[in-house]
Amino acid sequence: MSGELPVAVPRAGASAPAPVKGRSLWVDAWNVLRRNRAAVVAGTLVLVMAVLVIVGPWLSPWDYAQTDWDNVSIGPDWDTRHVFGTDALGRDLFVRTLHGGRISLLIGVVATLVSLLIGISWGATAGYLGGRVDHLMMRIVDILYAMPFMFFVILLMVFFGRNIILIFVAIGAINWLDMARIVRGQTLSLKHKEFIEAAEAQGVSTFNIIRRHIVPNLLGVVVVYVTLTIPQVILVESFLSFLGLGVQEPMTSWGALVNEGAQEMGTAPWMLVFPAAFLALTLFCFNFVGDGLRDALDPKDR
Amino acid sequence: MLRYSLSRFLGAIPTLLILITIAFFMIRAAPGGPFDAEKALPPEIEANLRAAYHLDEPLVQQFGRYVLNLVRGDFGPSFQYKDYSVTELIAAGFPVSLRLGGSAMLLALLVGVSAGTIAALRQNSRTDHAVMAVSMTGISIPNFVMAPLLILFFAVYLGWLPAGGIGDGGFRHMILPVISLALPQIAYIARLTRGSMIEVLRSNFVRTARAQGLPERTVILRHALKPALLPVISYLGPATAAVITGSVVIEQIFGVPGLGRYFVQGALNRDYTLVMGVVVFYGALIILFNLVVDLVYAWLDPKVKYS
Repeated sequence: MSGELPVAVPRAGASAPAPVKGRSLWVDAWNVLRRNRAAVVAGTLVLVMAVLVIVGPWLSPWDYAQTDWDNVSIGPDWDTRHVFGTDALGRDLFVRTLHGGRISLLIGVVATLVSLLIGISWGATAGYLGGRVDHLMMRIVDILYAMPFMFFVILLMVFFGRNIILIFVAIGAINWLDMARIVRGQTLSLKHKEFIEAAEAQGVSTFNIIRRHIVPNLLGVVVVYVTLTIPQVILVESFLSFLGLGVQEPMTSWGALVNEGAQEMGTAPWMLVFPAAFLALTLFCFNFVGDGLRDALDPKDR
Repeated sequence: MLRYSLSRFLGAIPTLLILITIAFFMIRAAPGGPFDAEKALPPEIEANLRAAYHLDEPLVQQFGRYVLNLVRGDFGPSFQYKDYSVTELIAAGFPVSLRLGGSAMLLALLVGVSAGTIAALRQNSRTDHAVMAVSMTGISIPNFVMAPLLILFFAVYLGWLPAGGIGDGGFRHMILPVISLALPQIAYIARLTRGSMIEVLRSNFVRTARAQGLPERTVILRHALKPALLPVISYLGPATAAVITGSVVIEQIFGVPGLGRYFVQGALNRDYTLVMGVVVFYGALIILFNLVVDLVYAWLDPKVKYS
């Protein structure tokens, strides 16, 4: 790390030896990330997708639940402003795809936050307290890990109604296990660092040590994991919606649109192709950003 | 080794019990029952029905009865498919699902490991980049998106393969479902193999083997492949879970009469016992498979201590 060098090393092209500025992990990571072209392109695309999904529906004269009786099940057509065509009920597919994207991305982000919250608190507590508490907490994680969770989520959706809040909670609740494991591992390695000892010596309470000193130092791993969890969550939600168990009409999500499209694909292939492309592109980009971030923030490869 | 296997085996039993408990009480806590029809049944008949299925007993007693029957391999009668027991339904659906899932796993292992190895041997070449790009695409496109696209292309446009159903159970009907189910796993296994193979190829014993003048083939197949496959083997547990979950939706899309379809139908019809049966059966299968994978891993990897 650069901080260990007491002498300023003149860089090529620098006229006067400027005082060496300590580079934080984040600056380092940003520099590595910026050089990873695939990750930068993917990241930009994710941002564009997010903006498009939020702003896009207002650009079209059509509403996501509105039926255009004159143009039922037509292909992409500029004159009627049905850019992606319409579905079997005459609803504009462009607006529906973007609207579905709102739901999919929203669920992706919110459910990830839920899993983050549970995972970090669980993992950091287990790792920091150690001993019997740690053993018990991680044993619980191990047992839950062996459960066929997808089946439980399906059951939850079937039996307790298909409302959107339940989707957030159910998906968040199955995704925190990985997070808890990763965070615990990191916490174990942080626990014996000097600054934690210093905080302990000053009599800072356990809760505050976890909150003020452990958690902020976990952020690097957490950021990587978040970008990899969001696409997983979007995938689970699409899976549920595809089976007809997720978001309900007239609201929609990418999974639900792909399902509708799959049923009409013989006569109206655009109904399948556009939502499928949006879903796949988003997942693709998130995965690329996650990979890039992992390379950037993982100090092992320096 | 024997003691290790035995202790791991005993460790799986509480996991299984917890699985059964969660599934049982979750289903019972759900609003609505199996006899909710559009026309309400006369109360006497409903009472009789409930008594016949032991639904009038206290929950704990029902739970005890269920677990005891399970031990004897009896999953109880199905609520919706009259005159069938859940055991019979599972026996009818599982062979189909097993053929589908098993073929998909085999295909994934074969193609994934070969592609990953080839990419690792030519690291940073064009082949490598192509394999990695394709596999990233495979990971990003969920199988329920891939399946309709494959149908659209190969069945609707080209007309080469049947779009669904199982027909006479022939090979042609299995091609598309197996491929859609296997693709994400192929992609993941290829990435895993490539990563670990690159690491192994840099290690000292590979350098030694090369220095001794062994032909490259022998170096790869006899020395590098086994340690490089360890991560793939430990991924087999999650892969099975993913294939089983995936088969639920793939069977739905292709109209394959497997266990996954029974599960979805049962869930939509509130067929308590059938849904329970499938969750417990698949859960037990996943737990068992994880156990086997762990044992195989311990047997292959000399670094694992049996404790």
